Amino acid sequence: MIKAPPELRYTKTHEWVRPEPDGTLAVGITDFAQEALGDIVFVEFPQVGARVSAGDAVGVVESVKAASDIYAPVAGEVVAVNDAIPGHWERINADAFAAWLYRLKPANPGDLAALLDASAYAAGAGAAQ
Amino acid sequence: MLKQTVLNAAHRAAGAKLVEFGGWEMPLHYGSQIEEHHAVRRAAGMFDVSHMRVVEVLGAGARSFLRYALANDVAKLAAPGRALYSCMLDARGGVIDDLIAYFVAADAFRLVVNAGTADKDLAWLARLAAQRAEEVDVVPRPDLALIAVQGPYARELAWRALAGLHAASAALAHFEGAFFRDGFVARTGYTGEDGFELMLPAPLAPRAWDALARANVRPCGLGARDTLRLEAGLNLYGQDMDETTSPLESGLAWTVDTRQARDFVGRAALAAPTRVLRGIVLLDPGVLRAHQPVHTARGEGQTTSGSFAPTLGRSIALARVPAGVAAGDPVEVEVRGRRLRAVAVAPPFVRSGASAIERYLEPSQKGQS
Repeated sequence: MIKAPPELRYTKTHEWVRPEPDGTLAVGITDFAQEALGDIVFVEFPQVGARVSAGDAVGVVESVKAASDIYAPVAGEVVAVNDAIPGHWERINADAFAAWLYRLKPANPGDLAALLDASAYAAGAGAAQ
Repeated sequence: MLKQTVLNAAHRAAGAKLVEFGGWEMPLHYGSQIEEHHAVRRAAGMFDVSHMRVVEVLGAGARSFLRYALANDVAKLAAPGRALYSCMLDARGGVIDDLIAYFVAADAFRLVVNAGTADKDLAWLARLAAQRAEEVDVVPRPDLALIAVQGPYARELAWRALAGLHAASAALAHFEGAFFRDGFVARTGYTGEDGFELMLPAPLAPRAWDALARANVRPCGLGARDTLRLEAGLNLYGQDMDETTSPLESGLAWTVDTRQARDFVGRAALAAPTRVLRGIVLLDPGVLRAHQPVHTARGEGQTTSGSFAPTLGRSIALARVPAGVAAGDPVEVEVRGRRLRAVAVAPPFVRSGASAIERYLEPSQKGQS
């Protein structure tokens, strides 16, 4: 069973995206991704201020087992990273949808509509299992 | 089709994430690799290592044959039950496999070899035996299952779980073994902790596994096995050494016994190494992996194994670097194009459950683990 809260948007590369009241997008990795990675021990965060294009590798999640890139879901500017995560990496494993990693100010707020909804993401991730 | 051990059903019932390893379907973890790692450092864990192959070398010529086939000298095994770690070399001095050899009886030795190399090893031993004059039989024992019980409380919990084990094993010193039921128990392992490795007839293994689990020995997967062995500074065959590297280039000079004029395969080819295996401790944040470039004052090297070390709370690696790189030397490891600060150390990284590398850390970083 693929967990995918209906209020979030998703990428094929297993990021979740949540529109925030201030117009930015919170980005994290999905429960499917954390499960596949296993115990997470480090995140190389994107630089605050970095301008990114959709699909850019902007950071890396490292588990005991492997390193995995984090991609930008849409074009925009990185405006924050989650300072509550370093040293508490297990929070990503415990609740991946609560552990946002960085916030993106989208270049074009309409780009969000091109991302997957929960049912499309769950169907795709389920097929890849 | 992957091969399955006799404990496969037990792993599935315990919710294991199963992966391919050396042609076998084996548990990677049962939920959390890090918690399994800590269980072995702090209490007791058990590993199904039945994918490894027991090979018996039998006959009046067994000792003389193994003195020729192995780089370490089984003549050191003074009494039945004693064991030693050795490499098996080819004529060029490359490592065909690493193994533990148990002296079982006057005309019987038992080897435990790696899963991925078992077929190659058997073919090699059979060919060597055919060339030699000794009377010797090489007999694989796929009917034996292997369970490693490891951790500071491993022996106590195993004694509680398995009737008759205490009587068979209470007197064993490290690297000693004895018959137990229709199998064998040895005080050996691959984690840097105390404990036993049990060889059991396959039909007995599931009940032993269940009894150990009921005694609070935590099932642990290959993931924890890898971080535990790396912290203990123990090599993994195929990663830290193989047929292209000699034991002298692999931190295993201590296992090559040249004290006597003994002729053994590979001896003539062993030369003073220009590269050596060292431990690496990462000082910057990040995680080291295998095959990353290492920059030292004496030239370039490469990591052979790397991971996060749960006991230390930082990343460590083994690396093949130019000879002359010494413990305490600053080095840099290239991770995704960036050079991270690190220090060369002499393994093990962890001894008796505690950090053995604190003296190499910068003052601001000490005591973090």
